[in-house]
Amino acid sequence: MAREQIAFFIDATRCINCKTCEVACKDFNGAVTGRRMRKVRTFEGGEFPNVFAYSISMSCNHCEFPLCVTHCPAGAYAKRESDGIVVHDPERCIGCRYCTWVCPYGAPQYDAAEGRVRKCNLCVEKIDKEIDPACVTSCPMRAIEIGTLAEIDARPGATVNVRDLPSAEITKPSCRYRVRKEANHG
Amino acid sequence: MPIGLPRKLFLKLSQAASSPGEPNEALDQAAPQPESHSDENGTRAVWVVCNNNCGGRCRLTAHVKNGVVVRISTDDSPDNVERPQLRACLKGRAMRNRLYHPDRLKYPMKRVGARGEGKFQRVSWDEAIDLIATNLRRALDTHGPESVYIQYGTGDCGAVRGRESAQRLMNLLGGYLGYYNNYSAACLEYTAPFITGVRDTNTYQTLVHSKLIILNGFNPAETVFETNSNYYLARAKEAGAKVVVIDPRLSETAATFADQWIPLRPTTDTALLLAMAHVMISEGLHDQAFLDKYCVGFDEEHMPDGVPYGNSFKSYVLGSSDGIPKTPEWASPITGVEADTIRRLARDYASMKPAQLLQGLGPQRHAYGEQSVRAGIVLACMTGNLGRLGGGWGGGEGGTGLSLPVGSLPTGTNPVKAKIPVFLWTDAVVRGTEMTAEDGVKDGPLKSNIKFIFNLASNTLVNQHADINRTVQILEDERLVEFIVGSDHFLTPSAKFADIVLPSDHSLERSDVGFPWSGEKYIVFGNKAVEPAFERKHDYWWLSEVAERLGVGEQFTEGKTEEGWLRQIIAEARAADPNFPTFEELSIKGGYRETPQEYVAFEKEIRDPEKHPFRTPSGKVEIFCKTLHDMNNPAVTGIPKYMPAWEGPQDALRSKYPLQCIGPHIKRRTHSTYDENAWMEQAEPQSMWISPEDARARKIADGDRVKVWNDRGALVIRARVTKRIRPGVISIPQGAWYTPDKNGVCQRGCINVLTSQKPTPLAHGNAQHTILVEVRKA
Repeated sequence: MAREQIAFFIDATRCINCKTCEVACKDFNGAVTGRRMRKVRTFEGGEFPNVFAYSISMSCNHCEFPLCVTHCPAGAYAKRESDGIVVHDPERCIGCRYCTWVCPYGAPQYDAAEGRVRKCNLCVEKIDKEIDPACVTSCPMRAIEIGTLAEIDARPGATVNVRDLPSAEITKPSCRYRVRKEANHG
Repeated sequence: MPIGLPRKLFLKLSQAASSPGEPNEALDQAAPQPESHSDENGTRAVWVVCNNNCGGRCRLTAHVKNGVVVRISTDDSPDNVERPQLRACLKGRAMRNRLYHPDRLKYPMKRVGARGEGKFQRVSWDEAIDLIATNLRRALDTHGPESVYIQYGTGDCGAVRGRESAQRLMNLLGGYLGYYNNYSAACLEYTAPFITGVRDTNTYQTLVHSKLIILNGFNPAETVFETNSNYYLARAKEAGAKVVVIDPRLSETAATFADQWIPLRPTTDTALLLAMAHVMISEGLHDQAFLDKYCVGFDEEHMPDGVPYGNSFKSYVLGSSDGIPKTPEWASPITGVEADTIRRLARDYASMKPAQLLQGLGPQRHAYGEQSVRAGIVLACMTGNLGRLGGGWGGGEGGTGLSLPVGSLPTGTNPVKAKIPVFLWTDAVVRGTEMTAEDGVKDGPLKSNIKFIFNLASNTLVNQHADINRTVQILEDERLVEFIVGSDHFLTPSAKFADIVLPSDHSLERSDVGFPWSGEKYIVFGNKAVEPAFERKHDYWWLSEVAERLGVGEQFTEGKTEEGWLRQIIAEARAADPNFPTFEELSIKGGYRETPQEYVAFEKEIRDPEKHPFRTPSGKVEIFCKTLHDMNNPAVTGIPKYMPAWEGPQDALRSKYPLQCIGPHIKRRTHSTYDENAWMEQAEPQSMWISPEDARARKIADGDRVKVWNDRGALVIRARVTKRIRPGVISIPQGAWYTPDKNGVCQRGCINVLTSQKPTPLAHGNAQHTILVEVRKA
């Protein structure tokens, strides 16, 4: 594990599903229409009229056990020693799409026109200049933050076990959520 | 060396998160100050404005390299609770996809096929301007100034734009047919002044003081009623407010903020509010002292002179005037809401103080939309909330008495006094001279039908007006409207019906300012970031050329370009307020903003009613309004009453068209703006919401293409089967571009092929959410 793993904190109790983070990410990362390096998914539950819905903004979770890194035959993926950011190098990518199959979160986005995958690198160009990534500074609800995993994990209500998300045991994602009670699975 | 975020920043971020409400120092430090706005690698960063017609007005930065916008970012000034940044939503962030869209109009064009057929030929600006000048002269000579109509439209919300430019030109040429109302808030803006004298609302900063917030059809999470409207709602909730959302849809607002969702049937809001009033009266929960002091017409003891006994609001609610007590049991089968739910909401509203009741604009864009506005105000008075911090009533929030002294292009005075209600412009084309005060015509009769239309940055000509098939039929007949000038970024469904189509510049290709709807005192300055490509021009420029051809060039321009007028507007603001910045300061800082205030609507009327009476004939809130009563119109009542809507849940037409259909605003468009934007279609594809049970009954699966129709038209759209909408109701987001196939069936899902041109009774407003339809698999 990295010395000081960086993680996302997503406050889904504030998220209005406006998708501004998706578009800001797109604008910063190549402005390609098809791929969604960050995506907001909405889930609903309950029975009418006691229906609830909530949204989860997600890009790459920069996992502790990143299957993309271990499965990439081209060595295009690497997990940074310093902060645990999982970076993808499109120059090395051969477009085999193994990563898109093994990632439980759909983070690697295959671009058919380019014949390669692209993925959230946590705006490392910004991070390395101590500037917050595009998604964080875009959110009209201030519902996306970054910090160290240890610090974020200690926040009130923070959980990694969310009703409609894959089990965190698979890859140990570096992301914590605050979600409504119906969706919080401890 | 480890790289990444420094510990210091992490620590500060964590402190900020653990103590909501505290200024976030970390962001202050991390973000460059706006004054030092610059960029690296030969890229220039300039402040620009997102000037679409939502209630927000957001700051954007265009990053320009070699004359091309290569990136868009948003406000990076210090972000704190006192002055939260003006962060743009997804639409503002997708601006490059519009600016550089391959379908943008490039050259002036003239129509060569039949009108509306979509066949155009490129012409020079000279030829286009000659054609406009010649046809305008002919219309004026043949039919007079009342034949010229400058269409309502909101594609550009700047201070110097096409609409005011055209008005200025026409005022120099003898005038034009004016209109009143708008397509957003006709019932609210027309009706509220009868009851409270003026329309006024609180600012969002007051929400944090509320214990209960009732959002009646109010959906800022998707409409963006103000840049930070949702930010303040989240703050209020974190401070402990209970939020109740009354809406047929579990909107994004309801999903995020609601402690309780009350999915009522569209058009029945007034019945729900009246039943709440019944609970308060019968259980003695209402604030009698407030009503006695500030209102007329609540009970028989406080009626205006000359009104027979039995006409008070209380008599109506208790049923002593019509034999029907407006109990929760009465309202339940009408609204589809359990009687106990209504009862509990009434008790909560009467006991949890202060409480704000915010009605969105949706409930008033209905048949009898005037009534729900009035009933809302009455409840805010019955609970003693009007004029109190954390209390109050609003048609949304915004449109308050606060504003900066920044004007717009001066238009002069219109010599023509006649005005039509904007929603009736198609009637003014067909039978303008026969229209009367009954149709809402003011200072009539009209001397001519509409013969010449300016349709600038507007999709109201076809797409946003109701009953597209009727509208199209009217426009296709060249004997009716003889000439139509359109300017836009795209060949929209409306621009397609123009005889001359002009390519308009974009807000990033000119300097202008933008204003918020809200009471926050700020303007956003938009610098010209790049040169307009191809032959795109500002509307003001070609209108000044038309003015020149018609002999009023000098009076029109007074020697100024569009930027010259903008400079004058800023100079006048400085003359009114010496603290207001200069043009250059605005340009560098990206605007001007005073610290947001907690403004309470009608605060002084409540604090000191002797000195500050309500600006009504009685000086009080007119729960019973004698002015309206005396109109002797059964649909315009002295007190708010529930009237079953045409094409509502109680209409016999439901045997043929069983589903109610509403047209919500959604996040990916501002009205019809951005329907062309591929990033927006990816973020939120155009789709219809339908409940699982309505879908099952029609064998419709999620994602199926379905046909929706009624007697006025038909469309095809993808179905989204969701529990988030009330059974018996479907929703088709308004603003999709009308795209008919050869049988006239819209393939894009434009709701206005289904909507009706029947206006509301008092305001003559648009009731575009009141329609019945049927759905089947396409």
